[in-house]
Amino acid sequence: MDGKKIKIRIDAERCKGCMFCVKVCPKKVLDKGGKVNERGVQCVIVKAPEECIGCGLCAIMCPDSAIEISSG
Amino acid sequence: MKKMFEKPRSMTCARTHYCSGCGHGLIHRIICEVIDELDIAGRVVAVAPVGCAVLAYDYWDFDTTEAAHGRTPAVATGIKRVLPDNVVFTYQGDGDLAAIGTAEIIHAANRGENISVIFVNNGVYGMTGGQMAPTTLLGQTTATSQFTRRADKEGFPIKILEMMKVLPGAVYLERTSVHSPKEVAKTKSAIMKSFNTQLGKKGFSMVEIISPCPTYWGMTPLESMERIEKEVIKVYPLGSVKDTLPQMSSSRTRGSIKPRNTICDRSPRSRG
Amino acid sequence: MKKRYLCTGNEACGEGAIRAACRFYAGYPITPQNELTAYMSRRMEEENGTFIQAESELAAINMVFGASVARARAMTSSSSPGISLKQEGISYLAGCRLPAVIINIMRGGPGLGNIAPSQSDYFQATKGGGHGDYRIIVLAPANVQEMFDFTFEAFDLADKYRIPVMILADGILGQMMEPLEFDENIKPKKIIDKPWALTGAKNRSAKSIRSLWLKPGSLEKLNEELQKTYKGISEKETRYEEYPTKDADVVIVSYGAVSRIARVCANDLRKEGIKAGIFRPISLWPFPYKEIRRIAGRGTKFLVVEMSAGQMVEDVRLAVQDDSRVDFLGRMGGGIPEEKAIIERIKKMTVIS
Repeated sequence: MDGKKIKIRIDAERCKGCMFCVKVCPKKVLDKGGKVNERGVQCVIVKAPEECIGCGLCAIMCPDSAIEISSG
Repeated sequence: MKKMFEKPRSMTCARTHYCSGCGHGLIHRIICEVIDELDIAGRVVAVAPVGCAVLAYDYWDFDTTEAAHGRTPAVATGIKRVLPDNVVFTYQGDGDLAAIGTAEIIHAANRGENISVIFVNNGVYGMTGGQMAPTTLLGQTTATSQFTRRADKEGFPIKILEMMKVLPGAVYLERTSVHSPKEVAKTKSAIMKSFNTQLGKKGFSMVEIISPCPTYWGMTPLESMERIEKEVIKVYPLGSVKDTLPQMSSSRTRGSIKPRNTICDRSPRSRG
Repeated sequence: MKKRYLCTGNEACGEGAIRAACRFYAGYPITPQNELTAYMSRRMEEENGTFIQAESELAAINMVFGASVARARAMTSSSSPGISLKQEGISYLAGCRLPAVIINIMRGGPGLGNIAPSQSDYFQATKGGGHGDYRIIVLAPANVQEMFDFTFEAFDLADKYRIPVMILADGILGQMMEPLEFDENIKPKKIIDKPWALTGAKNRSAKSIRSLWLKPGSLEKLNEELQKTYKGISEKETRYEEYPTKDADVVIVSYGAVSRIARVCANDLRKEGIKAGIFRPISLWPFPYKEIRRIAGRGTKFLVVEMSAGQMVEDVRLAVQDDSRVDFLGRMGGGIPEEKAIIERIKKMTVIS
């Protein structure tokens, strides 16, 4: 996505650490390592935002609608 | 900043009670995406089952009732006959549909009720603690098949979809999965086609979705997705089991997406 | 302009429902109520309502559940064994505060029993055959005219109190023919609207109808609501029929078809100078405890007559609170109490006093 700024927002309180998003991301943008949320889950965070190509696979696979993607 | 992906409008902001990696949350969202794209949330009356998804009405922002265990297709029949122009779908697990509700699902299909059925096949009874279900695979250990499921003792994993193929009333039957983005996309188009079948008043349609239950498969979420790929779909092959309506498209055919409001700007409602 | 018909009690129930604007019926074949299911399969078509012969009685009650969720006036009918299959559904209807009408044309039991008339489902109907603290209104007709009238009115009661209403009759009343009269253009005075129904959340927020209340205290709150409704029903909807009991030494307490036999006995006894009276509960729930207690206050004796091993007799004993004055005569397994036996028993009861 040349020039277009892609922003991934992961809702730490909704994330249950299932790691589906991490697995399907083609650019290794995401990984575990966030703070432990209210439910004791160490949530996923955006490790390499600049690598993101905005394909949306992470959000498609998230069972908890914790990932929001915006661009522009 | 333009939103490219967010929670569907017809899904509430409530955080689900489902376990980490459970397929229900995913399937709930897919259904809501289809309902948003068809712009029919105001016409939907859903029937939730008894099982993990009994609390679905906390996550769906459309009218929902709850059936006695297994009687979901009968309740949906009553609703649809009274409200033929509403969109009525049942959401059922393998215990609800393929065990106690076997008679109801077969006769609803045989009557050709113009409803859509979403059948989540995760191979166990989740809500009650991981017991064996009619769809438990041979060799699978569960709370009530502790020596694994054996054909001569516990019988075979039942293939409801293939059984229903012979019913003329069932016009569209497809089995999909959610274990990869490609499969999630296929699940969405199958559900879209099932809803379009109903909107086109063509008769009974059902989508069986292979779904992970990490907790009671005794695996991590990622391992359970792998198990689907390596084991489950060998017994429950994916794809169309019956499609008498090729013209019924599986892409959005009518309605348009209304401009989206921001995520969760509505306060999550508590449901008593 | 009144029209007269000659029809079975089963058909009278069917027509009563149609005239009450019931447009959804789901049933299943079982003797002795088959005429009702067959009648509805024709009449619903004529009135472009919905008739479904379901795959089982329990599927039928759940179809009624769905139709009621969607605001329709809905009915199902069956006979004893079929009614047993519907008990879970009835408990769900009660728990969701959904109106519905259920007709039970009782037959001999337990088990497959026989197809003779019986009253041995009294406990199941009035004490709750399903699970949980719930009640249903139970009306007991005694003739074909009442089969029509009570079914017709059951829909108003069900809607008004958001409760299942059962018409408790038996094989005699179901299959016998008698004249039936009603105004040709009879129809419900007013069908109250049902804002709680699910018809799609268009221009309103989504709603759910369910009986699962997991949050601590929430199910208790629902039950308190139910009990308040039941209290109101008991105060306003208790019905009974009294036949000269003021001077009666013995009052025969019976309902439904048996009350017709009791009436003949009372007349014959009076001819022989024995002052016998009749008390016929019409609403079996709410049961007329107060009214029986009022009669008991005069020192009268009671003979409870039922086509069962004795079920309503327990409620009469509760009302009278003096077992020495409440006697029971019953026939089981489809047997019908005979006039001779009743008269003999009452003579024995009045000689000693």
